[in-house]
Amino acid sequence: MVKTGGMYDLLAEHPFFAGMDKGRMEVVAGCAMNERFEAGQYIFHEGESADKFYLVRHGMVALEFHVPGREQTVLDTVHKGEIFGWSWMVSPYTWSFDARAVELCRLVSLDAKCLRGKFDADNSLGYDLLRRFIPVMAERLSAARMQMIDMYGQPPDRK
Amino acid sequence: MSAKQKSESAARVVPADGLDALIRALARAGYTTIGPRVEDGAVTYRPVGSAADLPLDMVDEQGGGTYRLRASKGAGYFAHVVGPHSWKRYLYPPRQLMWRASRARSGFAVEAPEPAADKLAFIGVRACELRAMEIQDRVFDNGQFTDPGYRARRAAALVVAVNCGRAGDTCFCVSAGGGPRVEDGYDILLTEFPGKDHTFLVQAGSARGARVVKALRGGRDAGEADLRAAQRRTDAAAKAMGRELAGDAPQVLRENLEHPHWQRVAERCLNCANCTMVCPTCFCSTVEDVTALDGSHAERWRTWDSCFTTDFSYIHGGAIRRGGAARYRQWITHKLASWHEQFGTSGCTGCGRCITWCPVGIDITEEVRALAARGGRK
Amino acid sequence: MPATAATAATALPADPMVPVPYRITRVARELSDTFTVDLVPARGKAPFRFAPGQFNMLYVYGVGEVPISISGDPADGARVRHTIRAVGTVTDALRRLKKGAMVGLRGPFGTPWPLDLTEGCDVLIIGGGVGLAPLRPAIYEVLNNRDRYGKVCLFYGARTPDDILFRGELEKWRGRFDMFVDVTVDRATGRWAGPVGVVTQLIRRGGFDAYHACALVCGPEVMMRFAVPTLNEIGVANDRIFVSMERNMKCAVGFCGHCQFGGAFVCKDGPVFRYDTISKLFNVREL
Repeated sequence: MVKTGGMYDLLAEHPFFAGMDKGRMEVVAGCAMNERFEAGQYIFHEGESADKFYLVRHGMVALEFHVPGREQTVLDTVHKGEIFGWSWMVSPYTWSFDARAVELCRLVSLDAKCLRGKFDADNSLGYDLLRRFIPVMAERLSAARMQMIDMYGQPPDRK
Repeated sequence: MSAKQKSESAARVVPADGLDALIRALARAGYTTIGPRVEDGAVTYRPVGSAADLPLDMVDEQGGGTYRLRASKGAGYFAHVVGPHSWKRYLYPPRQLMWRASRARSGFAVEAPEPAADKLAFIGVRACELRAMEIQDRVFDNGQFTDPGYRARRAAALVVAVNCGRAGDTCFCVSAGGGPRVEDGYDILLTEFPGKDHTFLVQAGSARGARVVKALRGGRDAGEADLRAAQRRTDAAAKAMGRELAGDAPQVLRENLEHPHWQRVAERCLNCANCTMVCPTCFCSTVEDVTALDGSHAERWRTWDSCFTTDFSYIHGGAIRRGGAARYRQWITHKLASWHEQFGTSGCTGCGRCITWCPVGIDITEEVRALAARGGRK
Repeated sequence: MPATAATAATALPADPMVPVPYRITRVARELSDTFTVDLVPARGKAPFRFAPGQFNMLYVYGVGEVPISISGDPADGARVRHTIRAVGTVTDALRRLKKGAMVGLRGPFGTPWPLDLTEGCDVLIIGGGVGLAPLRPAIYEVLNNRDRYGKVCLFYGARTPDDILFRGELEKWRGRFDMFVDVTVDRATGRWAGPVGVVTQLIRRGGFDAYHACALVCGPEVMMRFAVPTLNEIGVANDRIFVSMERNMKCAVGFCGHCQFGGAFVCKDGPVFRYDTISKLFNVREL
């Protein structure tokens, strides 16, 4: 636990971990790493191995979908205090979109293999983390649905 | 009661031909007399010149989706109850010109017609219909805005009310709070005593009514016994009423906006809008903008509309109430529940027209009961 | 003798059903389907005063009439401004009108945004699409009296970066030190480097005192349906959320019945409602 002191503080100040038990947070901090991406830099690409998830400490990340022959499509943007990436929990553990730093981004990444190992040792830690993940997933899904219905578009009889 | 005090000052019992004298006196006083007459097999409200135009000895048999007139000797002039017309067609005509515009140099000019107020005398207004007028008074003077045309027509109209001596088969005014006894709001009130000694008790309820009643010849001043006899007539009609509107209708409707029963009503409802056209309180309207072919003139007409049409709830893109279930729910919930919030009164007088004139006989009293019984109430 | 509306307006209390001629003094294109017109009375006198959130009925000669929210500054006594999206016959006709053309105008009608009640509070202004237009007078009013309010946040969602209404003003407001502005789009196009997502996500990122905040919400009904639970979740109670409803307003004075929403006539009891007064009805379908 030599280097987790700094990571612990970074996790503790992020809303995603708000209210988490101190002992558990220390365990999670053991899997965490500080990362920095310059504006325009890709954090990962679709199809790559999803071996992490990310907390945004600073900056804005665009989640994109690449369609050949078209411009990159930004599906969603992720901001300070938010998280992204849940492919590490779902087989086959590969990213289903690209993530790009829109501006200078300071992130904390959490190593998936490390976390999965800790979950096997302590199921309640896994449960705690999932309870934090699922509302985020639900909100993103709900937002995606609202984007899909094109609510600001011209009325259906005008299209 | 003020009406009673006023009526004591001018209450007479006159032989049946006094009715004719009354109609003629009103005509002489400058009124266009409108009253019940038989037209296309039903009693409608049309101009009448004398008592001979009235449906003497005619009784209406009504039920869900049925209406038949039949002769009944000795029944009297007002033995029918209410038909497809209501007085709303005179106070709030089905088609009204709102304004005219004409193209002018660089633009257009708008002219609004002065509210015309022909002097109309309504003959044979029932208690439920007086109630309907009071309800529409609140609609067209809603605290923020007043409809000048309605107000002028209503102020000019002279009301000759009549107490019901008989309950129609679809009537439920007792439970709706609309009658059958006329209490107030009339200029002249008639109670008919048909039979061999066919007479009318004639009571005045206003100064202009009293002037007409006092001028009636023949007959005698009415006494306590006559007033009691009139009371017995309306009591009998009240007792004979076969339908009842549940007292907790507003709560039942408000609490059951999502209920499978709406779908069952929708399966029967033809969305024909008859109920809204015959209802004496339904007030919804739309406007039609008419433009001359050469564009020199344009007019805006207001016409009766119905919440049963799909276009009624149109906002850009489509109608809000797409299904028949939503439209029926809107109508009945508005009538019996929302009306209280909007105007401090129910929108229903218990006249039963919506039941009679519904082609499939949907019964407003039954639907409330079905919603309550099918248990949406918590 | 029938009077022309212009003389009637001075001689008699105006009949709220009869349009008064106004003249277009300026037309500005906002978006591909949205434009702003400035109107002044065709005869003499200055235009009416209005409160933010109110609407007018605009009549195009020989075509028809539509309800349009006022989008201008309530402190501007010289003209009345409307921002209109072409979505139907009358709004298409309005779009074809040029400077100098005449329209008929009725109103103003309806309930305003409750800017007196929100004094002392953080003010959250949440708009979607052309729903920013009825909010703009409220923004002006709040900024005209900036010291009366706490933090002021504007959250705005549009379809694409090309559909952002009042973009210049949004950028200007964003540059102020006393206002927080955030804009998101459903779909990013071109060189958009801002947030992508829905306006509810902006609310969560807000950074205001939710327990002392009032929210003014205007946009498509579905957007409002999602914005309210998000506001509740972060601590803004229903009695401090105000929404502007849209229904089929025809007469604008409560006579025609078309705009009923439960027991309310949206034209005169709304369009702005305190959310707790309509919350029971808000999620009932086809009401």
